Amino acid sequence: MSHHAEPRPTESRFWTPGVMVMVCFMLAGGVALMARFIGGLGYATNLTDAYPWGLWIGIDVATGVALAAGGFSTAALAHIFGGHRYEAVTRPALLTAALGYTFVAIGIFVDIGRPWAIWKPMFFHNYTSVLFEVAMCVMTYLTVLWLEFVPIAAERWGEKIRLLGFLGRISTKVMSVLIVLGVVLSFMHQSGLGGLMLIAPTKLHPLWYTPLLPLLFLLSAISVGYPMVIFETGVATKSLKLESEMDILGPLSRFTILLLGIYMAVKLGDMFYRGTHVYLLDGTMQSNAFLLEVGLGVILPWLLILSPKTRRSRTRLFTAGALIVGGIVLNRVNVFLIGFTPPLADRPYFPSFAEVLVTAGFVATIMFLYRVAVTYLPVLSARSKEVSV
Amino acid sequence: MNMTRRVFLSGLGASALAGAAGPAQAWESKAPDDPLGCLVDLARCTGCRKCEQACNNVNDLPEPDTLFTDLRLLDVKRRPDAGAYTVVNRYFPGKVDDENQLIPVHVKVQCMHCQDPACASACITGALSKKDNGTVHYDVSKCIGCRYCMVACPFQIPAYEYHKTVTPKVMKCTFCFDRLEEGKKPGCAEICPVEAITFGKRSMLLELARRRIRNDPGRYVDHIYGEKEAGGTSWLYVSPVPFHQLGFIDVPDFPMPRLSESIHKAVYSYLWAPVALFGMLYGVKSYNDRRDQKQAGQGGAQ
Repeated sequence: MSHHAEPRPTESRFWTPGVMVMVCFMLAGGVALMARFIGGLGYATNLTDAYPWGLWIGIDVATGVALAAGGFSTAALAHIFGGHRYEAVTRPALLTAALGYTFVAIGIFVDIGRPWAIWKPMFFHNYTSVLFEVAMCVMTYLTVLWLEFVPIAAERWGEKIRLLGFLGRISTKVMSVLIVLGVVLSFMHQSGLGGLMLIAPTKLHPLWYTPLLPLLFLLSAISVGYPMVIFETGVATKSLKLESEMDILGPLSRFTILLLGIYMAVKLGDMFYRGTHVYLLDGTMQSNAFLLEVGLGVILPWLLILSPKTRRSRTRLFTAGALIVGGIVLNRVNVFLIGFTPPLADRPYFPSFAEVLVTAGFVATIMFLYRVAVTYLPVLSARSKEVSV
Repeated sequence: MNMTRRVFLSGLGASALAGAAGPAQAWESKAPDDPLGCLVDLARCTGCRKCEQACNNVNDLPEPDTLFTDLRLLDVKRRPDAGAYTVVNRYFPGKVDDENQLIPVHVKVQCMHCQDPACASACITGALSKKDNGTVHYDVSKCIGCRYCMVACPFQIPAYEYHKTVTPKVMKCTFCFDRLEEGKKPGCAEICPVEAITFGKRSMLLELARRRIRNDPGRYVDHIYGEKEAGGTSWLYVSPVPFHQLGFIDVPDFPMPRLSESIHKAVYSYLWAPVALFGMLYGVKSYNDRRDQKQAGQGGAQ
């Protein structure tokens, strides 16, 4: 069926200049982390009583979860709905999700005031709390993701490390359950993240505050899954000098026409139904951010991928994918940071240098570990250009 | 902007009721029947800051940079913060006396102790909870410092000890929980020299507030802040001028947790939605897997 060979380690040169830059960001992030843990949140961040959530929640947690959606959406397509031709992208998407969620958990650990108490929600439950539901799902899902990843590591080292091989065999046996469970858990906490802000109607700007927030977060997560795969495959194949996998990505993007279309329809329909379009042109930062999010991040890329020309061209498809990813990033930033406008606030929140460094350091670490994994583990199926001729 | 926004919010409350009719009607308030509360009479308060001092003493809060007797602080629009559970601010809303001098109005700010508190609904571990006696109580031993309570609070009350490294706490008025349990008044209500703070059952306080407004309509505006705000609060205010002129936040009348709890309950009661989704997806997967196996088998036979 598939023209693709089995996934295998790329075994390409590791220490490129790009990797060195990543290491620099990682080190800088490490220093900023030390500032946070030695000096406390007040020393390292610009958080205030009016703005208790900042960059770390907006980007590291909320955006991280959204962009890891490729994991469950490709798994659903290839393993549940029988789209076997897309199997080649499930492993890199799974790796991205596993790394992404790991750093979501680390991000939460860094952000909460009492990191040493992070285990407490497992024993003290509050069933009315949307955050409790999100936390339980993210925790379980993170476990599921790494269990799904174990067989991949076992393929490489399973014979050398007996325990790994054993775990790999067990995980393979229950893989069906893990895959379905992963999709269900994703539905739960992706929508839950949107539900977080429902309790603050006076604080979230009306352009984003709607009872449909959980649905919009779910729909946007579902629709960003494949664009994220297109985006990261574009970056990875370029950087690792591999074939572009356009034979998979092109057809994959056709689903996005429908999925992103549904998200767009619900989002715009909700806006007109509630009449909040009156805010669109009032020139505030919130309105402009909304216009940018929806115009550049949803409508434009949707129109782009309607055209078969876009879906055949590597550059155009990458651009469309990047725009969609950017649109979802901006959506999460808007809901948690820019659109968060408490009535009493003397000055708006802007992240501190240390907050930015920590976030940049985490992103660099994720990219670094991704590169480590694809270099030594059978994750990518794309062949290097020289070999494939 | 503020007015239009309020219109949208009230519309939203209605649509939450109408649109999501099923779940919204199913939502039940968990508010205690007739909790204790306080009525703050802004027409009486003289801004002596004794309540701030009493609060500081009773709760063992850190000594402030400025003495409690320094009344210049009244004109700095302060908010309760990590060092103070309550603050008093002075406003000059424009009314003048016989000598054409502006009449100040003093406003004591502290946790409103909502009947259905957003913070307690949001709290990931239940560290915040509404007690039967009316207090919204904070149990630091459960707190992980996620600060979702601060995101949720419509009155912007909880503050955080951001400067502490290892054991920061959420800081907010305790309604002197321990003193109430001992049958005493909260520190601020006990010390107030002009009886601007009346302590008692909420029903009695509402009665008292209505009587004061009725008996002296020239002295009070016809609005008890906290009677309906956020679905009702244990702390109540009466005032000589409209509340929006005194830094009070325009909070809608519906309980903050209603919408999120309704949706949450609709989706998660007995985990029916996740279980149904799991069953459906697993069914589709099994069907497709069997079909693939059959095809592979036929392929092998040929």
